[in-house]
Amino acid sequence: MSESRFLPNFEPIAPFSRLTDSGILDSGESPMSDDAVIEALRYMMLTRVFDDKATSMQRQGRFGTFSSVRGQEASVVGAATALDPTKDWIVPQYREFPALIRHGYPIENFALYFMGNPKGGTIPSNVNMLPMQISLAAQIPQATGLAWGLKMQGGDGVVITFFGDGASSEGDFHESLNLAGIMKAPVIFFLQNNGWAISTPRENQTAARSFAERAIGYGVEGVMVDGNDLLAVHEVTTQAVAKARAGGGPTLIESVTYRTGAHNTADDPTRYIDQQELEKWQQKDPVERVKNYLRSRGIWNENLEQELLDSCAAQIDAAMESARNTPLATSDALFNHVYAEPPQRMLDQKRDWAIRNGDAQ
Amino acid sequence: MIEAIRECLGQEMEADNRVVVIGEDVGVLGGVFRATDGLQARFGKDRVVDMPLAEGVIVGSGIGLAMSGLRPVIELQFLGFGHQAFHQIGQQVARLRYRSQGRHSLPLVIRSPFGGGVRTPELHSDAFEAFYTHTPGLKVVAPATAYDAKGLLAAAMESDDPVLYLEPLKGYRLTKDEVPDERYTVPLGKLRVARAGADVTLIAWSAAVNVAERAAEELSEQGISVEVLDLRSLNPLDIDGVSESVAKTGRVAILHEAPLTGGFGGELVATIQQECFYSLEAPIIRISAPDTPYPLGGVEDLYIPDVDRVVAEVAALAKASA
Ligand SMILES: Cc1ncc(C[n+]2csc(CCOP(=O)(O)OP(=O)(O)O)c2C)c(N)n1
Ligand SMILES: [Mg+2]
Repeated sequence: MSESRFLPNFEPIAPFSRLTDSGILDSGESPMSDDAVIEALRYMMLTRVFDDKATSMQRQGRFGTFSSVRGQEASVVGAATALDPTKDWIVPQYREFPALIRHGYPIENFALYFMGNPKGGTIPSNVNMLPMQISLAAQIPQATGLAWGLKMQGGDGVVITFFGDGASSEGDFHESLNLAGIMKAPVIFFLQNNGWAISTPRENQTAARSFAERAIGYGVEGVMVDGNDLLAVHEVTTQAVAKARAGGGPTLIESVTYRTGAHNTADDPTRYIDQQELEKWQQKDPVERVKNYLRSRGIWNENLEQELLDSCAAQIDAAMESARNTPLATSDALFNHVYAEPPQRMLDQKRDWAIRNGDAQ
Repeated sequence: MIEAIRECLGQEMEADNRVVVIGEDVGVLGGVFRATDGLQARFGKDRVVDMPLAEGVIVGSGIGLAMSGLRPVIELQFLGFGHQAFHQIGQQVARLRYRSQGRHSLPLVIRSPFGGGVRTPELHSDAFEAFYTHTPGLKVVAPATAYDAKGLLAAAMESDDPVLYLEPLKGYRLTKDEVPDERYTVPLGKLRVARAGADVTLIAWSAAVNVAERAAEELSEQGISVEVLDLRSLNPLDIDGVSESVAKTGRVAILHEAPLTGGFGGELVATIQQECFYSLEAPIIRISAPDTPYPLGGVEDLYIPDVDRVVAEVAALAKASA
């Protein structure tokens, strides 16, 4: 086969990492200051607290179906902390709570959305993000166009879009990488390979050895990173952001991680997940790894951890409380914001609905 | 109802080894609603396939599988994600026979849950049946009972035409009527009189049939006798069955979960006024969702027509005159 016309078979790549599983940094310099790591850890712990709280509220019928970030905290936070919220954009899937919060989306809105209140969808006007995406991969072309548009207008903002290993199988992924490559759009395709798309394993999504290497076919740079290593994810994403800002075009980042929780609160992973593999990944817990790193730096102890945990819990409790105290939506929530200039027919329906439901008009 | 669907799939796969099931999470998990639970263990990984997450290639490759001689049953996890496959369904599935002038048959069934009322996340619950009834070449069925779910699925799988088989998300576990063990079919294109009545014809399909029946029960207490028609099949449409009922009652209400404008109710109104104009004693009414996107779960009960609303509107119709 060596002289064949077929493309050469190249060596598989390995995920880039900086920390060992037990949190020891390699011999190089840290890509994050200690303060930055502590801030990132706070987002990771905030996420754990939120996920636990939301899951228990869901069990009591006070929260809707939702997907926790469990196991992927370093992946999401490492990427998010590489962004400048004043000019960079996030185009999310649905499993990126801490990235949205850091960018300025209120926790309360996030909670309201999952409580089924349309008000939760409200994105404050100074927050550069698109709504969470439920229709898988639909966000990827939008991110590409957004980045292309920013570039066309001479800005130096970049766009990061998050999506899963599953979503990468949709045609939208292919079409977007292709276009982004052509346009040199300042977009980072952040693919979270968490091993699963509900019950479908990563092997059923692509025969390619890595998702990162798929970038080559589009003339786009690809990189694979240990998604449970905060420092490595942050470093790689920071480089991709700098490249995009400088006009160097898109990057596909494959963040190799693992969904250690259920797909969502309606899912029962015991039906399909390999228990041994799960335990192996639980050993690589991204939050523990950061704490171990800080301990190895001599700047972490139980008191600091407890303080951080208490402050996270207080913040989540306050946001949840405020979401819970938000009045239930009335029928106008069906009609508001559907159009800039609503057709009369819909306005008539709005009036009828208000009368029938006894809502103020 | 979900058990009836599962049983039918099992029986058909047993009877015909050309039947294959493909879709997202249909294998090991048995589908997110368990419609295919146990089928992979029984029939193997070649016949029950966990596909990559891409509706376009799921439906498009289904066409190819059918061309190769198999009889694919495709599960679209939610009809809300049928858009991703719509270029394959609308332009391809529905027209292959016509475009090949009869050379290619397409014995393909696309099963998909749809409709609201179970607090799904966003974009899962729209009642998009009218997109597909506006797609000539594709048959569209939407059972409301477990009995029909089994019989219509068997008929759809037997058919050499492609069929979109819509399953009510809300009725999946709620609907629990008797289902015979043996194999049987319910013909495509024949409605079911879910409740006989004399004053008003109330037409519904899928999950709305249950709402219609409960409303009819309440209305009977007010002395209004409502005939509830369960269309079962939107294409082919049982025009004779509808006309027969309208000739008797002279008053018609159509109930659907989808928005008003462009909904399948409009098609029914047009057909009924054409076929039954001289029987009508009052304008036909439509009871539907408003012309707005399907909302988040917290307000979906305000969106989907409920029993109270149907009772009020049908009671007014019963008194109205032309
Ligand atoms: C277009 C589309 N098809 C199907 C679904 C149903 N669905 C929701 S999540 C999911 C799996 C997603 O997997 P992945 O992209 O890997 O993201 P993860 O949930 O692992 O973060 C599926 C099939 C959907 N939401 N959108
Ligand atoms: Mg995944």
